[in-house]
Amino acid sequence: MAQKFYWEAVKEALREEMLRDPRVFLLGEDIGVYGGAYGATRGLFEEFGPERVRDTAISEAAITGAAVGAAMAGMRPVAEIMYVDFMTIAMDQFANQAAKNRYMFGGKTTVPMVLRSEGGAGRCIAAQHSQSLETWFCHAPGCFVVAPATPADAKGLLKTCIRDENPILFLEHKMLYGEKGEVPDGEFTIPLGVANVTRKGTQCTIVSYSRMANRSLEAAKKMAEKDGIDCEVIDLRCLQPLDIDCVLDSVRKTGKVVLVSEAYRNANIMCEVAMRINEHAFDYLDAPMQRVCGADTPIPMSPTLEDEVIPTAEKICKAVRNLVNHKV
Amino acid sequence: MAKNKTKHTKDGLRKYLRLMISIRQFEDKVFELLARDVIKGASHVYAGQEAVAVGACAAIGEKDYITSTHRGHGHCIARGGKLKFMLAELCGKATGYCRGRGGSMHIADVRAGNLGATGIVGGNIPVGTGAALACKLRGEGQVTLCFFGDGACNNGVFHESLNMAGRWGLPIVYCLENNLYGMSVSVDVACAVQDLYMRSSSYDMPGVPVDGQNVLEVKEAVEKAVGRARAGDGPTLLELKTYRYRGHSRSDPRKYRTKEEEQYWHDRDPITLFEANLLKEELMSEAEIKEVHDDVTKEMAEAEDFALNQSPYPDPKELYEDVYKGWIQGERGLVRIPEN
Ligand SMILES: Cc1ncc(C[n+]2csc(CCOP(=O)(O)OP(=O)(O)O)c2C)c(N)n1
Ligand SMILES: [Mg+2]
Repeated sequence: MAQKFYWEAVKEALREEMLRDPRVFLLGEDIGVYGGAYGATRGLFEEFGPERVRDTAISEAAITGAAVGAAMAGMRPVAEIMYVDFMTIAMDQFANQAAKNRYMFGGKTTVPMVLRSEGGAGRCIAAQHSQSLETWFCHAPGCFVVAPATPADAKGLLKTCIRDENPILFLEHKMLYGEKGEVPDGEFTIPLGVANVTRKGTQCTIVSYSRMANRSLEAAKKMAEKDGIDCEVIDLRCLQPLDIDCVLDSVRKTGKVVLVSEAYRNANIMCEVAMRINEHAFDYLDAPMQRVCGADTPIPMSPTLEDEVIPTAEKICKAVRNLVNHKV
Repeated sequence: MAKNKTKHTKDGLRKYLRLMISIRQFEDKVFELLARDVIKGASHVYAGQEAVAVGACAAIGEKDYITSTHRGHGHCIARGGKLKFMLAELCGKATGYCRGRGGSMHIADVRAGNLGATGIVGGNIPVGTGAALACKLRGEGQVTLCFFGDGACNNGVFHESLNMAGRWGLPIVYCLENNLYGMSVSVDVACAVQDLYMRSSSYDMPGVPVDGQNVLEVKEAVEKAVGRARAGDGPTLLELKTYRYRGHSRSDPRKYRTKEEEQYWHDRDPITLFEANLLKEELMSEAEIKEVHDDVTKEMAEAEDFALNQSPYPDPKELYEDVYKGWIQGERGLVRIPEN
């Protein structure tokens, strides 16, 4: 076990899987000599060469569709789309081809591909480079959506995704690449659809994923110290498949829920989580569920505005305090 | 340049020089402010490519449109953008052209017929095509200049748009700025056919290679294409050959290209070349050229003071303004803005 950056963990997973399985190859923009816009493929071009680490033209639809075709024809492509915002261009290939092909063709094919991308705000790069679009992909039956919050999860989940038989959107967060954490060396996988309870608690359940899972934990620690409020924090890790049982178990214990996501509030994946809690644990709720989400505006560039549009530990604390103190 | 001598007034030549120097000084300042982290986020600077934006925009009129790219500062300046409002925008200030919401990647003075810069590579090729469709439908003789890079022409929207424009005979000039790279990926690695202007043959329009380091040649080529467009003869694809001096981003070590290649292009610097020709043809004196540099330096200093010291950040209270026209976020969702 060693301390590694999130980007290193991603790279390690890619490298180990490429060494393990000759069918695994990478394609995407600037993943070669440049090493990826956020450095997650650094050194792989030098190690594996241009056949297996393929720099492409700026052709998101073709990158994604080529991964679909290569996967159906026996390879294990890992495609990179530099920013999840550019998935708009690749959406047909992912949502209409990758996600549907197995079902449409009567279960006679599989599409074992991983599409790595990154999202999130925090770098003042405005409305077309800062979004959290994971919910869109949860609205496409047939594909999985994975969004790790820590370096260890990034490695363990990416390795699992590459071995899985389904098309998967693997969504990294641009503000996490420079974060460090313990990452097991060598073989290490994490199953899909298993949430992580990152803090045990009794008074309120905070559900989140990706960078906001870390902020939720930070908020919970702060409240334990300052307010004497004892929160349970759940990092979903996967949005599809969704570990709803983990959430329900916690809700049945605490009776209170705050749902945290960086994505736009309107029709956020957390609305689905809330609905499932409503369906399966309504009787256990002591108060209306709360959410802390991204604002429903395009993400502004200005630092003073960008800070406003995403959840902070402070905003999470406020929602929890209101809930626990019966102010909602 | 001799053949151009009669075509250009001294005022015109001085203006092109001034615009090119403005772009260069602006970009040098931006790079410095990026390094000091005064400008946040990403800025893609246009240094090296000045002759393209200036030559092209000199060939159109006030009522015409341009569409820009993620490397949009040069287009904005060439279209008449004020340095101070631009720098304020890059700093995310309320006084910027986009109220601090767009920053570098979305820089535009939309009211000056610049339909904007986009962070999506290729994203404005269809938008420019649509503006040209409007020009045609309105029948007032307007045209659109659509700027994009060699990287952008490998996105599907390039094909879809040029086919549409070719079929409909739209009044548009596609200005493909071939600076040899899209980020780290060279045209050589990315493109099946290296002469990008040749792609025009698929779309029933002329394709013309142009020396993008020569402002007057650019202007002439664009004028010709604009003339065709205004005459109802349809679109043109120009491939303007040029080079970006800086790395793609502030941290780009430019490992994908050689020092020799960079030097080759620095030896063809568009401003140095133009100045040498002006002197040779005795169209401007050393002193006159220096005066232009000094004027720009002064304007740049004022712009910096305005952006950094005299401009407030946007008020977070205004966050939800302008998401919609006529509606705004209320406590339980969107509500109409009362008319008064
Ligand atoms: C759709 C899309 N894909 C990728 C990117 C990331 N990106 C930003 S600029 C750039 C290179 C663009 O190259 P080119 O069109 O030649 O313009 P240049 O930067 O050379 O001016 C890339 C890949 C993006 N912004 N949008
Ligand atoms: Mg280019």
